[in-house]
Amino acid sequence: MGDIMEKRDYKKIVDRHKPTENRLFNAIIAFAVGGLVGLIGQLLIEFYSSWLSIPTQDATSFMIVTLVFVSCLFTALGFFDKWVTFAKCGLIIPITGFAHSMMSSGMEYRNEGPIFGVGANLFKLAGSVILYGIVAAWFFGMIRFVFLGGV
Amino acid sequence: MTFTYSDVYVNNYATVGGPYEKDGPLGPSIDKVYTNLYAGKKTWEQAEVKMLSDSIDLVLRKSKKNSKDIDLLISGDLLNQVTASSYAALNFDIPFFGIYGACSSSVEGIILMSSLIDGKKIKNGIISVSSHNMSSEKQFRNPTEYGAPKPKTATFTSTGGASIFLSSQKSKIRVESSTIGKVTDMGQTDPFNMGAVMAAAAGDTIYRHLKDMKRSVDDYDLILTGDLGIYGKEILIDYMKKEYDIDLGKNYDDSGTMLYDYAKQKEVLAGASGPLCIAMVSYTSVLPMIEKGKYHRVLLVATGALFSPTFVYQHQPIYSISHAVCLEGIK
Repeated sequence: MGDIMEKRDYKKIVDRHKPTENRLFNAIIAFAVGGLVGLIGQLLIEFYSSWLSIPTQDATSFMIVTLVFVSCLFTALGFFDKWVTFAKCGLIIPITGFAHSMMSSGMEYRNEGPIFGVGANLFKLAGSVILYGIVAAWFFGMIRFVFLGGV
Repeated sequence: MTFTYSDVYVNNYATVGGPYEKDGPLGPSIDKVYTNLYAGKKTWEQAEVKMLSDSIDLVLRKSKKNSKDIDLLISGDLLNQVTASSYAALNFDIPFFGIYGACSSSVEGIILMSSLIDGKKIKNGIISVSSHNMSSEKQFRNPTEYGAPKPKTATFTSTGGASIFLSSQKSKIRVESSTIGKVTDMGQTDPFNMGAVMAAAAGDTIYRHLKDMKRSVDDYDLILTGDLGIYGKEILIDYMKKEYDIDLGKNYDDSGTMLYDYAKQKEVLAGASGPLCIAMVSYTSVLPMIEKGKYHRVLLVATGALFSPTFVYQHQPIYSISHAVCLEGIK
């Protein structure tokens, strides 16, 4: 097909028919929903520390466990994916997105069995987050160790 | 490569759809619908096999034929190693070819079958295709429960199976000619904009078909492309105008824009896709129109994006292909 249009010219046609995404709207929604998740987290910490008299540090862990559990439960009940589609990074960036990514992978591959299915695919989406999270943590830990003497 | 046929006819066709197809504008014309995506099976993949088998079963029943009366079954789908087709084929006592042309499989099958029938190698055969929204989503994208946000240009894989029965026995529709497409590369890399990937292949095939048959767009009552979606359709119209100076005009439509109701079904984004898409739209609306005499000559241009997630991750461009088949009504 020697006489066919140049890829550059074709790209121009494609770009002309590319719909504009509502970036501002998406950002506002993600900001609001992400903030709401943060607020719920803070309220949970307040609840655990003042009502149940748990030390703040432990209450933070309790808050994380609660959010992880709730988002996993909502994923399992089948409506959290619709929320994620709507709120996008507002639910993907907080701990809720991490839990949701593992839960949805687990559910997807349950039919392939515990080893080749759930076991092999549970970290399909979350694996990168964990790996690079640990690598980044190591680097920042080293920087802190070198410059602040491990304080 | 374009050739004509003298003695190949469309005798019957059948479609099986899922809940999204049922809610679309063509819903009432689908022969059998499952309101649940699992279709009574345990997994998405098995549900796809079930829908495909059902469509073959239906077309056999409509044609009052037994498995044993059929010379050949050609089937295609999107699952790895065309497994939905092979697994469905076991249910029938018919010699079988599994083919892969991505979303162009239905027309690819019709071309192969028509050539065999016209060459008098076989008397009749069934071509079937299937796709399943969830099994494709799982294979090509993210886990289905993840609900990853997608751009507006993304298309929505249709769910179900469709089968067509061709033979040398005269009927109201004949397979007139066909054009085999070439693999096309336009440097497109976005798996969420398949319309842009496939429009160039469709344009090339339509152009070569018209040239080889010495016809113009006006000689067709309908030119129907596969699954370009809203934006791919616009790209094709623009591309045909600019590259070949052909005005597709009002007789052109895209089946990706016809299967779903955009106003009500927001989740379909740019429209329907999958091997099933053009087959389902043709078998529920276009072929009946030819039988009724409303259309005389129709060009079905199925489009397929040739890629795999592995190649996309390796930063390779997404190639595309498009095959065309011309159907004519017989008065």
